[in-house]
Amino acid sequence: MRRRFAWLSLCLCCLPAMAGTPADLPSSTSQRGLFTVSYESELEPLQINQLHAWVLHLENAQGEAVTGATIDVDGGMPEHDHGLATRPRVTAELGDGAYRLEGLRFHMRGDWELQLTIVAGGKTDSAVLKFTL
Amino acid sequence: MKRLLPATIIAALFAVGWYHWPASPRPFTAADIAILESLTLASLPPLPPDPGNPVADDPRAAVFGHALFFDTRLSRNGGISCATCHQPERNFTDGLPKAQALGTSRRNTPSIVGTAYSPWQYWDGRRDSQWAQALSPLEDPNEHGSDRQTLVRLIAEDPDYAACYTGLFGELPDLQDAAGVDAAFANIGRVFAAYERLLMPGPAPFDEYVAAVVAGDTERQAELFSDDEVVGLQLFIGKANCTQCHNGPLLTNNEFHNTGVIAAPGELPDKGRVVGAREVLADPFNCAGAFGAGSPSACAELEFMRTGPELIGAFRTPSLRGVAETAPYMHTGQLPTLGEVVEHYNLAPLAMIGHNEAKPLKLRRGELRQLEAFLLTLSAPPAVDAKWLRAPARD
Repeated sequence: MRRRFAWLSLCLCCLPAMAGTPADLPSSTSQRGLFTVSYESELEPLQINQLHAWVLHLENAQGEAVTGATIDVDGGMPEHDHGLATRPRVTAELGDGAYRLEGLRFHMRGDWELQLTIVAGGKTDSAVLKFTL
Repeated sequence: MKRLLPATIIAALFAVGWYHWPASPRPFTAADIAILESLTLASLPPLPPDPGNPVADDPRAAVFGHALFFDTRLSRNGGISCATCHQPERNFTDGLPKAQALGTSRRNTPSIVGTAYSPWQYWDGRRDSQWAQALSPLEDPNEHGSDRQTLVRLIAEDPDYAACYTGLFGELPDLQDAAGVDAAFANIGRVFAAYERLLMPGPAPFDEYVAAVVAGDTERQAELFSDDEVVGLQLFIGKANCTQCHNGPLLTNNEFHNTGVIAAPGELPDKGRVVGAREVLADPFNCAGAFGAGSPSACAELEFMRTGPELIGAFRTPSLRGVAETAPYMHTGQLPTLGEVVEHYNLAPLAMIGHNEAKPLKLRRGELRQLEAFLLTLSAPPAVDAKWLRAPARD
């Protein structure tokens, strides 16, 4: 029982760190350098043709979590000159700079881009997340 | 000059020969094999739920839907059933450029095999479930030409149907109760869907071939595929770019693409998905409607649906399972043969409206024939007992 409590308290202690920007997640710095966005897919491994959600982690240039941001998302496959199959959007702010991005589905293999427009604290910047399926 | 002539003739003959000569197979790489495995029925995930259809997996509903599917009384003239256009022996299509029932429809009859996996139905995705789709033809003046009140009365007056209905859904409504008739009409769609959910493609020679490749069984590979079919498959997953859209075990991404298909002679270009997206949002039987799933979270496809000018002239990628049986091809059957389809993608002409996502492939004539040979390996009867593929016997 004591061991179980030890695990539980360890997990609870880790929670704030997990909600921040884990260093091992893929990330991108915004065009003007105001923000860094990292992301993780709730569908693991990432696959084609499945509707799913991501969690975005947003930090400022000082590495602090950015809360209260609005993030608009668009994207597509530049090589094929077409956009996303869906219209994903941020549906919830999870706290400590984390945002839930729902409604993603990638319908082809190849190089994809998500273009993010981030507005926080009266400042606007854009970031591009690039990945290959 | 005279001396040059024989050399020129030989060079020309060589070029023509090279253009028509088939390519040779090459060994599959580990990356190829991973793609091949992703395309076989062995990778097909479990059937997704059908939001808003509580009887989707009820065997009694499938039996009822099977009977309705083949019943010509569900039409204004008593001569049209779903099977008039969705003919089981043609992979549930009709062999015509455009569907012919009471009148001529706007588009080619798409197959319904495997469509339980698709978030969108029809060429333009104007319905978001099999059950909502099944309702449209019943009231379309060019198809069944009936109406919901007549259909509910038919079920009420047929003792077998009435028993099936009440067993699944409870009492039939009073025919003067418009809301009750709408609800019963939705239920009719739901039993059609319960039947259609059974219609899955069966394992084709392609699936057996991939299993042999994965097992490293070269003898079995040689029994199953000719060299032309192997090269055709390698083109399919390689430089012919087919798997950009025809991917996954059903060989479709169920998404919408403008591939520059020219309108049929004398017709204006079809706007496709851009209109279908508006229609599915307005459909009272969509997932988010009064007869839908009852919970917005179950309607994520509709909630995050994309629309806009990019989808002008875009149509849903059809499954290539059983493609040899579904000629003519494209949304109004513009291309009579598979040979013309591969030729179309080889040229990738400019789109009449919107823009063609496909790029010219520059394949040689011999390669196009090999690609076509591969497409013929995707045929197999649906993976259901044969009794579901013919009209049920009635006493």
